[in-house]
Amino acid sequence: MRRLFNFHGGVQLRQHKRESTATPVIPAKIPKTLILPLQQNIGNPAIPTVKVGDKVLKRQIIATAAGNVSVPVHAPTSGKVIAIEDYAVPHPSGLKASCIIIATDGMDISRRRESRFLNYQDLSPEQLRELIHQSGIVGLGGAGFPSHLKLATERNRVDTLILNGAECEPYITCDEMLMREQALEIVEGLIIMRHALQAPRCIITIENNKPKALEQIKLAVKHCNVDFIEVVQVPTVYPAGGEKQLIQTVTGKEVPSQGLPIDIGVVCHNVGTAYAIARAVEHGEPLVSRYITVAGSVAKAQVLEVLIGTPVSDLIEQCGGNRKTLSRVIMGGPMMGFALHNVDVPIVKTTNCILVNSTIADVPLPSRRQHALPCIRCGACAQACPVDLLPQQLYWHTRAKEFDKAQDYNLFDCIECGCCDYVCPSHIPLVQYYRYAKNTIWQQDREKKLADVSRERHEFHKLRLEREKQERAERHKKKRQAVSSDTVQDDKKAAIQAAMERARTKREQSDTAPKNIDQLTEQQQKLIAEVDQRREKERSAET
Amino acid sequence: MSLNTPTSPHIHDDTSVTKMMLRVLLALVPAVIAHCWYFGWGLLINISITVTTALICEYGLLLLRQRPVTPFITDGSVLVTAVLLAFCIPPLAPWWLAVLGAGFGVIIGKHLYGGLGYNPFNPAMVGYVMLLISFPKEMTTWLPPHLVQDLNIGLWASLNAVFTGQLPVGFTLDSITAATPLDLVKTQLGLDVTIAETKNANDVFGDFGGIGWEWIGNWIFLGGVWLIYKKVIAWHIPVALLGSLFTISLIFFLMDADHYGSPMFHLFSGAAMLGAFFIATDPVSAATTPKGRIIYGIGIGLLTYIIRVWGGYPDGIGFAVLLMNLAAPTIDHYTQPRVYGHKRS
Repeated sequence: MRRLFNFHGGVQLRQHKRESTATPVIPAKIPKTLILPLQQNIGNPAIPTVKVGDKVLKRQIIATAAGNVSVPVHAPTSGKVIAIEDYAVPHPSGLKASCIIIATDGMDISRRRESRFLNYQDLSPEQLRELIHQSGIVGLGGAGFPSHLKLATERNRVDTLILNGAECEPYITCDEMLMREQALEIVEGLIIMRHALQAPRCIITIENNKPKALEQIKLAVKHCNVDFIEVVQVPTVYPAGGEKQLIQTVTGKEVPSQGLPIDIGVVCHNVGTAYAIARAVEHGEPLVSRYITVAGSVAKAQVLEVLIGTPVSDLIEQCGGNRKTLSRVIMGGPMMGFALHNVDVPIVKTTNCILVNSTIADVPLPSRRQHALPCIRCGACAQACPVDLLPQQLYWHTRAKEFDKAQDYNLFDCIECGCCDYVCPSHIPLVQYYRYAKNTIWQQDREKKLADVSRERHEFHKLRLEREKQERAERHKKKRQAVSSDTVQDDKKAAIQAAMERARTKREQSDTAPKNIDQLTEQQQKLIAEVDQRREKERSAET
Repeated sequence: MSLNTPTSPHIHDDTSVTKMMLRVLLALVPAVIAHCWYFGWGLLINISITVTTALICEYGLLLLRQRPVTPFITDGSVLVTAVLLAFCIPPLAPWWLAVLGAGFGVIIGKHLYGGLGYNPFNPAMVGYVMLLISFPKEMTTWLPPHLVQDLNIGLWASLNAVFTGQLPVGFTLDSITAATPLDLVKTQLGLDVTIAETKNANDVFGDFGGIGWEWIGNWIFLGGVWLIYKKVIAWHIPVALLGSLFTISLIFFLMDADHYGSPMFHLFSGAAMLGAFFIATDPVSAATTPKGRIIYGIGIGLLTYIIRVWGGYPDGIGFAVLLMNLAAPTIDHYTQPRVYGHKRS
């Protein structure tokens, strides 16, 4: 039995997971249109390889990766590209971004599979990473970091590969259902990832509120008959599934501040990512669908297997939600998810949950009050903080716009889990204050960098002018010295002197007055007088 | 269709400042009952006066400062201030003491510094210390416990005493008032009377503290433990305060039991319990880091003992709390916890 470690703080939340785990996962209907944002990952957006009007087949690449920190996008079903344009994407600010929009044909015709039941052991880690990269796989836990990069071993030797099945946010159940229904493929995915990372041992972590998932995973591990995978049950406390907290729970080690897990020899992947990798490597299927929980004010809360690009509204309707009475729709969990501005936005690779709140909700979400009271420094936030920050001090300094002091209190170690906010008796939107502080500091840093660059340029410019001036002076001085010190060329100098003398006298002798008005003929003088007269006349006429 | 787009987190714990403050008041109820059992109606009368005054002052100041009235007047903090102050005023003290203390605490101690959340000092203690310094005689004449019942001073007589200063027929102020045990010990020690002799000569001492006081202390202790259980207050300050008070009094008691009170006497007399669980734990003016709270509690415990034993006043909680309030921001600054992923120092 592995010894577990506690992380500081955390909160106990009502789980609300039973509703959506009562029935098996079913595939969601193929919607009429699919909206595929080119950027569904951290890094660069993909580059479209199809044109408007093109017919596409299921699993065909429609946008290719722009460099290594980018992944391709595949068509989730067959149909026709009807537009490549800016469209509302899931984002806290409700912004638009370029998307490929496909009108589906309902036939769901697949591209011919390229890889035929590969055995992962025949592939080198590099080939595996490339295959995973080309399959468009990103971290499905929510961050969306291209997975192949997290399977690279350049930075440090990997000692432990952790598979995160903790899923600690309320309502979200997609990982739980995935573990219950696809345990074998998850474990196979993990074994493949281990091969890519060359990690000696693996740990699968599951919160102790998911006994069925645990059972299935244990069976699958047994079935795979490997001795390097350990299945660990972790306590149900939010945010047990946070990467840093999970690593602390199972290893007792802490990820260094501003560092990555790999700095302490740990890599953490989501169970969904493992499943996607297994599908990609063993079946040649790129990432075109995923499990998503639809919960809240819907008639039937459930987990669906959804095509990437499906509009959120389609899912809500499919689960018996009423589009007209929606008051709030959250993408992700209630603690860290964000509220959508409209429900026409598509499901993306990182979406794990759609939480619906309606104006006639039977179970409304107990939300923060609109009006906050002042902080009474009760310290409930500090007790709840899983990172051991002092949220009350961060708030105090952020409110006073003392961002440097907020940084002294380690603002940038905040993981924005929302625990402090959740327990605040004054209902202060604390996390929002920290986001604001972080953004302002980033903004200031950018501006400062720009200013620094221009100042440096200016300084350098001045320096260069100065240097050139000095060099010139130096050159002249040397020349002068060379000229004056050279006694051999005395007569030459004398000759120059004489020439200069001659030139001067000539200049002096020559008349400076215009040379062409002294010796005019009479006729010329007359002409000039006439012209002058005419001009005079014209001038008087004008006035 | 327009959707609400508040920022995450989208759920909130069922908690509020009002709820916290009401829980504090609830935790005080047993102590209030015990207090009335031993000292009569006085506390209830004091509470009604301080609460009324404090509410009026709060309302007026909120209007003057152009702050929203409803959320602040219903936050309950002013009630806690008023009730705690009432605990510190002797029963049957003239009404204007309570009015003055509550008014001073709320106006000067709280609102002039910016109201809820911004006051560097505990408003109840600001009011109390002002009264103690300005009216030492009135503030230190307490009723002897049980006298109220023996003499059968009812509600009407109590009200009469508080508002008109008229005592029931046949009684003079001197005949029905007595010093608190802490006060008595101090005065007698000044006259070279040992603690044991004082205890024998006076019937105000109970099993380990003063009669009445020790039981009020017990109920306050229970209320405080309930508050810790309910996570309204953290354990750090009460434990540190009582622990340090216990330790220092034990050291001196063991050295010289004739001249220094026992640890239990110190813990269960005067305002030690009330101070530890209800006054020093006022979150706004206390230290806020876990380590800082321990230092803060120890500071109050030690200062209380020093003031009680060597200072000019019989009890030192009020002064000790205010002094440590001053130190709280500095303590907080030097006691930041080690953040996840940072080097262990």
